[in-house]
Amino acid sequence: MTRNLRKDKGSDTTYRKERLDRCIKARSDTIYALSSYREALYLLFPRGVTIVGLLVLPLLLPEYWTKVLVMTCVVALLALSWDFIAMAGMFSLGQTLFFGVGAYLAGALNYYLHLSPFFTIPMGTLGGAIFCTILILPVLRLRGIYFAMVTFVLPLLLIRIIEMTGIFGGVEGLSALSPLPNLWLAAYLIIAVFLVCLFGYRRLMDTDYGLILKGIKNNDLAVMSRGINIYWYKAQALLIGSSAAAFAGAFVTHHYRFVGLPAFSMDYTILPIACTVVGGPGTFAGATFGAFILMPLTELLRAIGTWRVVLYSFFMVVFIILVPEGIFHYLQRKYHQIERLVKTE
Amino acid sequence: MLGMLIYGLINSAVFMLMAIGFSLTFGISGVANFAYGAFYVTGAYIAWQLINTLGLSLVISIIVSAIITGLFGALLYWFVLFRIRGLLLSEIIATFGIGIGMLELYRSIGLSGHSYKLPTLVDGSIEILGVYVDYQRLIIIGVAAVLVFFLWFFSHHTKMGLAFRGIAQNERTSLAFGIESEFTAMVSMGMGCCLASLAAAVIIPLSLIQVEEGSNVLILALAVGIVGGMESIAGVILGSLIFGYAQMAVATYFNPHYTVIVMLATILIVLVIKPSGLFGKFKELEERV
Amino acid sequence: MGEDLILRVEKLHKSFGGVQAVLNVSFNLEKGDLLGIIGPNGSGKSTLVNLITGFVRPDSGKVFYHGKDITAKKPYTIANLGIARTFQMPMPFHELPAFKNLIIPLCAPRVKKIRGGKYGERDDIAIDLLEEVGFERDSAVPFKTAGSLPHGYLKRLELAQCMALQADVIILDELFSGMSMAEVASTLPIVEKLKTEGKTLIMIEHRLKELFRIANRVMVLNFGQKIAEGLPNEVMENEGVKKAYLGSEV
Repeated sequence: MTRNLRKDKGSDTTYRKERLDRCIKARSDTIYALSSYREALYLLFPRGVTIVGLLVLPLLLPEYWTKVLVMTCVVALLALSWDFIAMAGMFSLGQTLFFGVGAYLAGALNYYLHLSPFFTIPMGTLGGAIFCTILILPVLRLRGIYFAMVTFVLPLLLIRIIEMTGIFGGVEGLSALSPLPNLWLAAYLIIAVFLVCLFGYRRLMDTDYGLILKGIKNNDLAVMSRGINIYWYKAQALLIGSSAAAFAGAFVTHHYRFVGLPAFSMDYTILPIACTVVGGPGTFAGATFGAFILMPLTELLRAIGTWRVVLYSFFMVVFIILVPEGIFHYLQRKYHQIERLVKTE
Repeated sequence: MLGMLIYGLINSAVFMLMAIGFSLTFGISGVANFAYGAFYVTGAYIAWQLINTLGLSLVISIIVSAIITGLFGALLYWFVLFRIRGLLLSEIIATFGIGIGMLELYRSIGLSGHSYKLPTLVDGSIEILGVYVDYQRLIIIGVAAVLVFFLWFFSHHTKMGLAFRGIAQNERTSLAFGIESEFTAMVSMGMGCCLASLAAAVIIPLSLIQVEEGSNVLILALAVGIVGGMESIAGVILGSLIFGYAQMAVATYFNPHYTVIVMLATILIVLVIKPSGLFGKFKELEERV
Repeated sequence: MGEDLILRVEKLHKSFGGVQAVLNVSFNLEKGDLLGIIGPNGSGKSTLVNLITGFVRPDSGKVFYHGKDITAKKPYTIANLGIARTFQMPMPFHELPAFKNLIIPLCAPRVKKIRGGKYGERDDIAIDLLEEVGFERDSAVPFKTAGSLPHGYLKRLELAQCMALQADVIILDELFSGMSMAEVASTLPIVEKLKTEGKTLIMIEHRLKELFRIANRVMVLNFGQKIAEGLPNEVMENEGVKKAYLGSEV
């Protein structure tokens, strides 16, 4: 590519960019027993910073920003959910479906049956995931945009049904629900779940199970011909992925002590996709990264009101065009590889 | 009864007009333009500006607005879609994002309210078989018919139209035949936006220019395409008729609020049973067997 | 003879639109057979395979495997029962390395029942399998992304996937097409070895010389119909077959 060729001014030599893995990466990549503290640190550093950072932040931040941190984790969970489902080949435009169902389930259990959040949140998560998976089962055989359309339409349908029939509080929603004990417990709860999902999903995708999901995304006819029931695996992927989003919904219900039609708002679909696009799809770390950049940024720009959405869209579009692989991939490349100019003949 | 038939037809014509531009770009040429709704509204605003600020006559404003919107669409292709062509999901996300951005921009600037109205082409109404229909609505039917015919003729009998279909079906082969796929796609996008603007110019006089209309139009165009089959003109006609009459029937015999539910449910049912639409043949988008 | 009858295909019919792809085709397959299916392009050979393996639903007719009716079952069900196939245009998992391509069939329920295996073990099995089909073990080839492998390797990868599935019946759709003479010469013994291991094979081929060396029966399709069946040499003497391949002039 001529883009990578550079001509030295005044001389006739052209250079091209060359990328090599760093020695330390090559050394620590495939061996299980790391032979030096330096290598161990190299591998642990990014993960360690994330974990330690997230665990320590709630203690350091003022209350307002802790709340922002909580919402950031919520959106990050949604982004993880989207990324996971996308890695099984399903492009979903309806994270808000999972979020809303989880939220309503938890809220309804709390409002009508007076169960405490310790029950409603797990039940909301599991019940929400199962309900949404069953809802989407008939269209698992659709691909691409048609699948996306269904996930897009379903929440709209649910909104109208709730509006029309007035169940679950109808237009006003259910309010005065039981709160979570205190802000710090809430923050640590969601941070813990987020970390579990992040590293859990990553680990899952590394196993053979994850390989099957990647295969389904790559070429589902081939997977079918090798004896794997792709619909069963897709359903499982949907279940696993939507749990994170349903948890987010159930959590937010008790965090704000309210559930209503805003639980199905388009924001909960667009935000995770924007975060993942900015951070880089295909690695959960990218989605996390995107979330932790976009959400605090949003808060800082809260002053400009509705221009926020304009800015989001702008951001998303710019990133999709200029950095299609996402920021995270770029950073990862820098971390793992060195670039240098090499003389060409 | 007769009134319902006629109003259903008008409704269908409205939907048909809304869906045509989108079908041209996405269905026939395979270029995703999810900012379509935003262009619809843009066309209306530009026409409004031309009429109120420059004082041009209505017909000229409509034509000029259509051209400008079309050029705008082509520019969008040139700067944005050009780089991500071929990655369908990226195209969708990018254009969708731009569409939402544009609509929110309009909302933020404050382009909504009673002052934003487009005048009708012809005032007054006429009585047809005992039913009063205003001329504007008749014009809508006429324009819809003309545009649909034009679309059919264009995509089946002109070189450019056939090129549109070619790049959707197999881009490499089209290139081998000397069709410049980039340019063709750009033209297709421009034409789609142009049609959106024309549709807006004819439909919006019935009410106001509203930013929400943008999202509604996109969903409707998608719905009509999905139900009827994206790439088939007959499908667009059938889809619009189905939705047009369904909306009328539900609003008259049940509760007007149920119309949206019925429409959304229709989309879902079609997607489950026959995803490529009633007349569609894009089987690659669904699993076999 | 009845117990040896592995596959029975009865009067399969399939049209696409107005085109009769497969017309009234029936045949039997016994354990240990190597049946060659030949015929000019467009004679319905691949469609026949699609019909048997569940990728396309027949308009009428039945397929029996070990006496059980498997007509129009899902492809993965049929694969798990023991019928594996390759594709005419190889369909690897482009973004995964070559040996990971084999892990997916190794995760199928059928293989789990027969072999068991956990994470880690499968990697070794995969690399062994690749060596069996002729990938050089100590080179970087098994670790390259499948999308970057040349055609001959991809075809052999498909064969390895069938073997990974531990199938009883392997259907090879034009395995040798696009392979060089050397590659064919090195792949032929692998196929023969499968036959001696007791697998039953169906091979669709255009390269008749190689096919006739290993096939014990041959079936000829033309325009979707079976026009001849029998020993390779007999079939080639058939007037109809000659006309089909060489044209009906003279």
